Amino acid sequence: MAESVLKEIIPPVTEVQRAPLWRRIWEAVQLPALALFTAFVVGGFIIALSDFKVLEALADTISRLNPLGYALLILTVMVLIGGVLISRRPEVILRRLRFAGTGRQSRWFNIIAVLLTIAAVIILLVVIGFGPVLALAWSAVTGAYGALIEGSLGNSAQIVTALQSGDSRAIALAFYPISESLVASTPYIFAGLAVALGFRCGLFNIGAEGQLFIGALTSVFVGYSITGLPAILHIPLALGAGALGGALWGFVPGFLKARVGAHEVINTIMMNYIAFRLSEWLLNGPMKRPGAVPVSPFIEASAQLPRFFPDPIRFHLGFFIALGVAVFIWWFLFKSKWGFEIRTVGANPSAARYAGMNIALNIILAMCMSGALAGLAGANEVLGVNYNLANAFSSGYGFDSIALALLGRSHPFGVVLAALLFGTLRSGGTRMQNVAQIPIDIIIVVQALVIAFIAAPGIIRAIYRIVKPGEGEVVFTRGWGR
Amino acid sequence: MRKSLTTISVLAALVLAACGTAPPAAPPPAAPAATEAPAAPAATEAPAAPTAGKLGKVCQVTDVGGIDDKSFNQTAWAGAQQAAKELGAEARYLESQQQTDYEKNLNEFLASNCDLIVTVGFLLGDATKAAAEANPNQKFQILDFAYDPPIPNVWGQVYATDQGAFLAGYVAAAVSKTGKVGTFGGINIPPVTDFMIGFEQGVKYYNEKNNANVQVLGWDSAKGDGLFTGNFESTDDGRRLGETLMDEGADVIMPVAGPVGLGTGAAIKERGNAYLIGVDSDWYESAPEYKSIVLTSVLKRLDVSVLEAARAVADGSFSGGTKVATLANNGVGIAPFHELDSLVPQKVKDDLPGIIQDIIAGKIKTKP
Repeated sequence: MAESVLKEIIPPVTEVQRAPLWRRIWEAVQLPALALFTAFVVGGFIIALSDFKVLEALADTISRLNPLGYALLILTVMVLIGGVLISRRPEVILRRLRFAGTGRQSRWFNIIAVLLTIAAVIILLVVIGFGPVLALAWSAVTGAYGALIEGSLGNSAQIVTALQSGDSRAIALAFYPISESLVASTPYIFAGLAVALGFRCGLFNIGAEGQLFIGALTSVFVGYSITGLPAILHIPLALGAGALGGALWGFVPGFLKARVGAHEVINTIMMNYIAFRLSEWLLNGPMKRPGAVPVSPFIEASAQLPRFFPDPIRFHLGFFIALGVAVFIWWFLFKSKWGFEIRTVGANPSAARYAGMNIALNIILAMCMSGALAGLAGANEVLGVNYNLANAFSSGYGFDSIALALLGRSHPFGVVLAALLFGTLRSGGTRMQNVAQIPIDIIIVVQALVIAFIAAPGIIRAIYRIVKPGEGEVVFTRGWGR
Repeated sequence: MRKSLTTISVLAALVLAACGTAPPAAPPPAAPAATEAPAAPAATEAPAAPTAGKLGKVCQVTDVGGIDDKSFNQTAWAGAQQAAKELGAEARYLESQQQTDYEKNLNEFLASNCDLIVTVGFLLGDATKAAAEANPNQKFQILDFAYDPPIPNVWGQVYATDQGAFLAGYVAAAVSKTGKVGTFGGINIPPVTDFMIGFEQGVKYYNEKNNANVQVLGWDSAKGDGLFTGNFESTDDGRRLGETLMDEGADVIMPVAGPVGLGTGAAIKERGNAYLIGVDSDWYESAPEYKSIVLTSVLKRLDVSVLEAARAVADGSFSGGTKVATLANNGVGIAPFHELDSLVPQKVKDDLPGIIQDIIAGKIKTKP
C-alpha cells in the first residue's frame, strides 16, 4: 500500500542509462581495493620501521654517512618531492613540455612518473649505502605479509603436495588456514549484517557487542540446560534463543527511540554495559560450572553446530547459515515490503510518515532484527566454536562490525565480502605473529587504516586521482536528533 | 573493553588459583618436598621420550590481557625469555584476543615444534586440557591452574602466596609506628584471602616473638571476612579504602586487588604518613610513581615457574602434575625494601632468613 502511494507522489523517473555490470562492480570495489592496498603499504612501513634489525642498520648507515652521502640524501629527498609534484599535476608539466595531453595520456604519464620516482629514489638510496637497510626492510615486510597470506589462505606448495598424496589428513591440514579464516569471518558476517540493517533504517546500533553477549548467554543456556533433544531440534532452538536474546537487547533501545525519542547511540552503549556486567555476574554465579572457575558448562553435543572435517579443523555449519542469512537480509531489505518501509524510514522519515508508514514500528522492527543478527553472531561462536562461554568471549566483534558495515556499504553482500576480509586478516595474524614475530596489533592497525581510508574516500581519491562518481553516496546514518 | 577483559581475566586467574589450590595444593606447610612429591609421581611419567639436555623452543600462549599486561602474561613472558637466553632456545608468544583464539593459538604452536607450550591463566584451562590430551607427547605448562586428576604431560603451577605474605606481615608489623597495619581485597575468594591470611599470621607471629600488640585491620581469619572492594578495577575504591584504613590508624597497607591498589598508593602519597605493600610483582619497578612509599611486595614468580619448567624440559626431568610454588622453590617471596631499606630494623632483616627456613621446614604455619 505504502509503495503504491509513494509511486503516486513521486514522479516516475525516466529510465536512467545504467552502466554495464562490470563497470558498476569496479566502481563499487575500486575504493575499498585501493584503500586496502594503501593500508598495506602504510602497514609495511610500520612493520619495517618497528623491526629492530632494520632500525639498527639504519642508525649504523646514518652514522657512517660522509658529506657526499648527505648531499646525495638531500638530492634523494628532492627527487622524491619533485616526483610527487610531477605525478600530481601531470597536465601542467605536459603543457610546459608542449605535449597536448588528453586525460588518458596524462593518466599514463602519471603512473610512469610515480614508478620512475620510486626507482630513482631506490637507486639513489642504494648508491648512498642504504642498500642493506632496504634489503632488511624488504625481507621484514615480505616475511610478515608472506606469513599473513600463508596463515590465512594456506601454503600453495603444501596444498599441492597434500592433494597429490591423497592423504585425507594432509589435505585437511593444508586447508586448515583457509578454514580458520572462514571460521573467523562467520561472526563478522552476522554482526556486520546487524549494523548494516540498522544503518539502512538510519539507526546507529553501537550495541551489537552487547547483543552478541546476550545472544551467546541465551544460546549457551539452552545449549547446556536442555538435555535429551535430538540435534535437529536442539540446534535451531539454541540458535533461536540466541537471536531472541539479541532481539530483546535491541528492542529496548528501539522502543525507547520510537516512543520517547531517546537516541539509540546512547542507549545501545548503555545496554552494552548492562550486557557485559550481566554476563560477568551470570558466569560467576548462576551459570558457573561446578568448581571455582567462572566459565559456563559445556553445551550438549546435540546443540553443537556440526563440523565437516576431523578435529583441528573447526569449519562448521555456521558459515553456511551466515551466508543464508545474508541472502535473506538482502531479500528482506530490497525485495520485501517491510524492507522497503525500513529503507524509506531511513532515507526520509517525513516522506515515510506522509506515505502512511508507521515510523515507530519500523524503528522497533529494525532494532529487533539488528539485535537478533548480533545475537546470532554470539550464538554461532558458542555453538560452533567454543562450546562454552567464558568472560574472554569476544574481543569486540560488535564494534568491528560497525567499521565492517561501513566497508560493505551497508549492503548484505558487501558485508559478506568485508567480513571475509576481516576474518582472513585476523586469522592470518596468528601465523604472522608466530613466524615473523610481528605483534598481532599490526593487523588491527591495517584494519583501522582501511576503515579510515574508506570513511574518508577523499584521501584515496586524492592519492589516486579518481573522479568522484555522480551518484549519491549510500545512506550511512544521520547525525544527532531527527 | 579490553581493559575490562584484562580485569576479568585477572579476577578469573585469581579465582582459578583458588580452585587449583584447593585439592592437593597449598598444604599447610608440610615440607615442600612433600608438596611436590604426591602430585609428581602420581602423575605417571610423561610418555614422551626425554629430549636430553636440549631446548629448542619455548612457546607461550597469553590470555586476553596480552603480552604487555604488566601482570601475569608479562611476568611469564619474562621467564620464557630468560629461559631462552639461558638454554640457548627460542621464545615465541601468541596473544589471545578472545576465547576462540585459545585453541587456534595452541594449534599454531602444536604445528611449530615447540618443546614446551606455556599457557597463562585458568581461562585457557579447557583448551590446554583438550590439546594436551590430543597430543600426549607435547609438554605443556599452565600457570595459576592445575588439573584434578592431573594430566601426565601438563605441569600445573599454583602458588602458596600466604608464605610470601607472611613475611610481608612480619615486616609491616615491625615498621608500623601506630601499631596498626591494614589490608583489603578484591573479592572474598581464596586466591585473594590467601594473601590476607598470610599477612595476618605474619603480624601475629611478630607480636608473639616481640611482645608487641600490632593490630591487623581489614581481615580477620577467625571470622573469615574482612574489607573488600568487590571489584578488581576501581582505583577510586582503592583510594577510599586506603583513606578509611589510614583514618583508623593503619600506617602500612597491603591492597590485594590488582590495579585497585594503585588508588591506595595515590591516597597514601597524598597523606604521606603510611607505606604500601605491593602484590604479584615488585611494585617498586612496576609502579615506579610510588617508589617512595613501596615498603616491599609479595611476589608471585610466574617467571621462575616458566624457567623451571623450561630447565626441566631441557634436562629431561619434566613431569606433569600439580606443582606448588613456595618459598622453598623461590616461586613466592618478598621484594627488596629498596628506598625504604633504612626503615626496616636490622633485627627484622636478620630474623627473616630464619623465618623463611622455619616456614620451609613447616615449623611456622602461614595459615591458621
